[in-house]
Amino acid sequence: MTDIKKTGSTGTPPTPAAGPAAITAIPVRHYGRYVSAVIAIGLLASIVYAFSQGQINWGAVPDYFFDDRILRGVGQTLLLTVLSMAIGIVGGVLLAVMRLSKNPVTASIAWSYIWFFRGTPVLVQLFVWFNLGLVFEYINLGPVYKDEWSSFMTPLLTALLGLGLNEAAYMAEICRAGLLSVDEGQTEASHALGMSHSKTLRRVVIPQAMRVIVPPTGNEVINMLKTTSLVAAVQFTELFRYAQDIGQNSGAPVEMYFLAAAWYLIMTSILSVGQYYLERHYARGSSRSLPQTPIQKIRANLLSLGRPSGGMA
Amino acid sequence: MTTTPMVKAEGVHKSFGTAHILKGIDLEVAPREVFCLIGPSGSGKSTFLRCINHLEKISAGRLSVDGELVGYRQKGDKLYELRDNEVALKRRDIGMVFQRFNLFPHMTAIENVMEAPVQVKGESKAVARARAEKLLDRVGLADKAKNYPSQLSGGQQQRVAIARALAMEPKLMLFDEPTSALDPELVGDVLDVMRGLAEDGMTMIVVTHEMGFAREVGDALVFMDDGVVVESGHPRDVLTNPQQDRTKSFLSKVL
Repeated sequence: MTDIKKTGSTGTPPTPAAGPAAITAIPVRHYGRYVSAVIAIGLLASIVYAFSQGQINWGAVPDYFFDDRILRGVGQTLLLTVLSMAIGIVGGVLLAVMRLSKNPVTASIAWSYIWFFRGTPVLVQLFVWFNLGLVFEYINLGPVYKDEWSSFMTPLLTALLGLGLNEAAYMAEICRAGLLSVDEGQTEASHALGMSHSKTLRRVVIPQAMRVIVPPTGNEVINMLKTTSLVAAVQFTELFRYAQDIGQNSGAPVEMYFLAAAWYLIMTSILSVGQYYLERHYARGSSRSLPQTPIQKIRANLLSLGRPSGGMA
Repeated sequence: MTTTPMVKAEGVHKSFGTAHILKGIDLEVAPREVFCLIGPSGSGKSTFLRCINHLEKISAGRLSVDGELVGYRQKGDKLYELRDNEVALKRRDIGMVFQRFNLFPHMTAIENVMEAPVQVKGESKAVARARAEKLLDRVGLADKAKNYPSQLSGGQQQRVAIARALAMEPKLMLFDEPTSALDPELVGDVLDVMRGLAEDGMTMIVVTHEMGFAREVGDALVFMDDGVVVESGHPRDVLTNPQQDRTKSFLSKVL
């Protein structure tokens, strides 16, 4: 084990002292690869050229990049993402447990919920929440709260319910898959030690399920961040809506779409990095050695540059 | 001398749907005894073992551990099913070792051993750690305390699993084919640990295919086939001089 590591990191050619001479042969030429690379680069260059020659005023993008409204929009988008995901995760865990429960009533309620919310488009759901005032004129929670539906259902609440309840259906399936992925022997071993159902779930099953749950949940967060742009349709103002507004007032609508796209890309990139570290955390014990983090890789490379002949002791 | 048997089974039946797995098992395991269960696969040995700590519910008959019914409470002539937490309470005293180890893969070896005393008995981490270190040392793995199960060989994992079960200080240990999933050269280490336990007077029920271990360490042996006890007695007698034809034909194939 250690021998392999040493030769790998010192950079010396791996020719053993007394071994047979290394094979010298003419490598296979992959001409197809050169051709396809040239075609791909050519296509890419022509697309970039087309955009640079189009009727797009690129100067408008940096002008508005840190505009107050854009920054406020970014804030609203993040807020909406966090709150909707919170609703989605809590609801999803609840639904997953309900679906896996031995009680047929709760199991079928959870099944129906998932069936409905996963089976209809989220934009349609948003409009339904927005227009539910046609069905319920008033909201009346007895002595606690009473108001007209239209003033109760603010754009924020509409957006949260629409996105959050939809997300719960997807998270439920992710959590269920995670819980089912844990070997039954784990539950048995835990029970045999005298641990209760809830302790078994909390200490043994969920930590292992997280390995399966975290990666798709990261995808869901990234997806949610982008999906929040839909709520512009129900009068909630976030990044996309602000960019649209600025575009219409400043006469640079397409430029503002590019600006919004750049902001979304920045935010999703940051989230991807976070997801990577979270996955690493839950991979404990699953593989013999954890992969290096990007920072560790950079540090290792720098170290080996500084001491080209030194080993990685 | 009349002591309460550690395990007493009277006419124990178990069915899964239409499959009748156990067809009336009667046996007694005395305290401090090493009791070996042998038989072909599908004979019901493992199922019976799992009934003892209520991982499986028996369909008929009576099964008791240390004088108390498994899974039920008797009041007058009525049986009341035990609640989950009552079942859990009884399982504390019964250690179990599985064929496939079933160590918790997200915890290190020592965390595996500490888990139940801390979580179930509410022991302090310091006390649990001290005992866990002693137990890992006893199974010869003191230097592997910080390793995750995936970093250990099968034999090492099984010895950690034995230490994990012992950490609850059980009065009875159940072994479900503890060496069947191991490479032949790793079997010896696990059997040595079990031999040591037997010498210390632990009551053990061992489902095994290791006839050598059964003959050397076992105090009693039962040969099961098709859900019934075919033959029982002292391991030396049964293994060297079987009376039943079924036992003879089984032993001729495995010995």
